[in-house]
Amino acid sequence: MPFALLRYGLSSDPVKKPDFPPPPSLKPAYDVIIIGGGGHGVAIAYYLAKYHGLTNVAVLEKGYLGGGSTTRNTAVIRSNYMTPESVKFYIASVGLFRNLSNEFDFNIMYSERGQLTLAHSDSTVRAFRQRCEVNRHFGGRTEMLDRQQIKELVPLLNLETGHTPVLAGLWHIDGATARHDAVAWGYARGAIERGVEFHPLTEAQDFVVEKNRVTAIQTNRGTVKCGVVVQAVAGNSSILMNKLNIRAPIHTYPLQAMVTQPVKPFLTPLVSSSALHCYVQQTGRGEVLIGGGSDPYPLYQPRSSLELKEGLLMHAIEMFPFLANTKLMRQWAGITDMTPDYSPIMGLSPIDNYYLDAGWGTYGFKSTPICGKTMAELVASGGKVPALIAPFGLERFSRFKQINEMGATAASH
Amino acid sequence: MKLMPCPLNGLRNITEFTYGGEVTGMPNPNTATDTEWADYVFNKTNPAGVVREWWLHNASGYWFIAERDTVTDHIRKTFDPGELFTQRVDFSPSAASSASATKENPL
Ligand SMILES: Cc1cc2nc3c(=O)[nH]c(=O)nc-3n(C[C@H](O)[C@H](O)[C@H](O)COP(=O)(O)OP(=O)(O)OC[C@H]3O[C@@H](n4cnc5c(N)ncnc54)[C@H](O)[C@@H]3O)c2cc1C
Repeated sequence: MPFALLRYGLSSDPVKKPDFPPPPSLKPAYDVIIIGGGGHGVAIAYYLAKYHGLTNVAVLEKGYLGGGSTTRNTAVIRSNYMTPESVKFYIASVGLFRNLSNEFDFNIMYSERGQLTLAHSDSTVRAFRQRCEVNRHFGGRTEMLDRQQIKELVPLLNLETGHTPVLAGLWHIDGATARHDAVAWGYARGAIERGVEFHPLTEAQDFVVEKNRVTAIQTNRGTVKCGVVVQAVAGNSSILMNKLNIRAPIHTYPLQAMVTQPVKPFLTPLVSSSALHCYVQQTGRGEVLIGGGSDPYPLYQPRSSLELKEGLLMHAIEMFPFLANTKLMRQWAGITDMTPDYSPIMGLSPIDNYYLDAGWGTYGFKSTPICGKTMAELVASGGKVPALIAPFGLERFSRFKQINEMGATAASH
Repeated sequence: MKLMPCPLNGLRNITEFTYGGEVTGMPNPNTATDTEWADYVFNKTNPAGVVREWWLHNASGYWFIAERDTVTDHIRKTFDPGELFTQRVDFSPSAASSASATKENPL
């Protein structure tokens, strides 16, 4: 291996073959068309090919592989939500994440560093106790920490934050990160090797609907017939759903994040405070990554704004005062499809052969594996909704059966 | 900073305002079905383009309507809700539902 690397380094003729060359043209028809080539879209394709032998599948992506929120997120993976429905679902996702590098034979840099969430009020401490018990009940690893334990875990953290000092912490040992792009690449490569077609620069623009079924999709590269369609376009969910008159409680908001210049390693766990609407982690490259709540009003544009950055930094500096002396290096945003209960929308739609993978808001990276796997089951079974995702159907809103995760998602990650 | 042309207070920083949701028609609460009511409460059009929405100027407590492009963030115009809502909406329950309410709840 080192010799091969050396030879490659010295060679004047670098590899010409890309890992996944896009197919030259679209076929006239596919059994399954997945709209959206982010992590979710390619994960569904991968599991369809791997477990269900479905390979006459096309993933249509208007830009490039994983160029949406998949490449913009802060890669927090955790299962410490509030409701049993969510906790079961996210624990299954964490389980799949742990083995992904082996499964892909490609390093997704899964790094289990634990996630610490801070409580600044008695009511938050109570909510944390509940989240702690629910998480443990379903097999997650979570503990309550007192101030002394927090000090030992994160010595540089300021516990006297403004007028609301830190009272306690929710310590989620399973909290982790991974390289987000690698997750999309791993799934895409695995899917393409098994025969799935990935079409970049191919936008789904409209639908041909006959007898309550989508029979064809119009794209900028022509019309393709389809057996079944899955939409996995995150921030753009409403645009496709509006074309099919599917009503949904989705609102698209930008979510912003940033990194500082690299500093010496000082922070192993991911630290988050929903009262301060801010979370801080140190990346493998030493940068301090800072994220927080969504923008205050809807927008289909991944622009950054000074006022949000200032607010976020103010809180990050409260948590880690020395950050006041570091410089920002990069800042960015993505657009996120928020739902009122902060839970996703997965499963059937009012159109017979059209399935939804939407409403991922600010928390959909961590669900990529399990959502891909269960959505593939749904497609392969011809519309039988797997038990794990049944509570997350679009119809929950007309039945007033929301799954409230607002508190557990308040610092949006 | 981005500026919002408030019909009452003129151009002000956008951080002085709170977004209040899309302007939609409210179904009659006394006759709407659960499905219609849920649609009104939860569902959004969320278009990529020009949309009419409610905004509040926090300091003056003034609600108004803005037409804003959700792709470019360009605010096309803002106006007083009185231009759109010319009639008072009465929220008192219908005779039938208030009668059943008294029956269930003697207090
Ligand atoms: C700043 C930020 C931080 C975040 N942090 C976290 C976090 O810490 N943890 C976490 O779990 N989640 C986080 N998220 C949320 C997470 O990134 C998303 O929920 C997740 O990536 C959604 O994945 P996806 O594959 O569904 O969407 P995307 O990766 O957005 O992929 C959708 C794709 O669909 C394509 N598309 C759209 N319309 C069409 C069309 N008409 N035709 C063809 N293609 C189309 C787009 O080009 C895009 O590539 C964060 C998001 C942001 C923006």
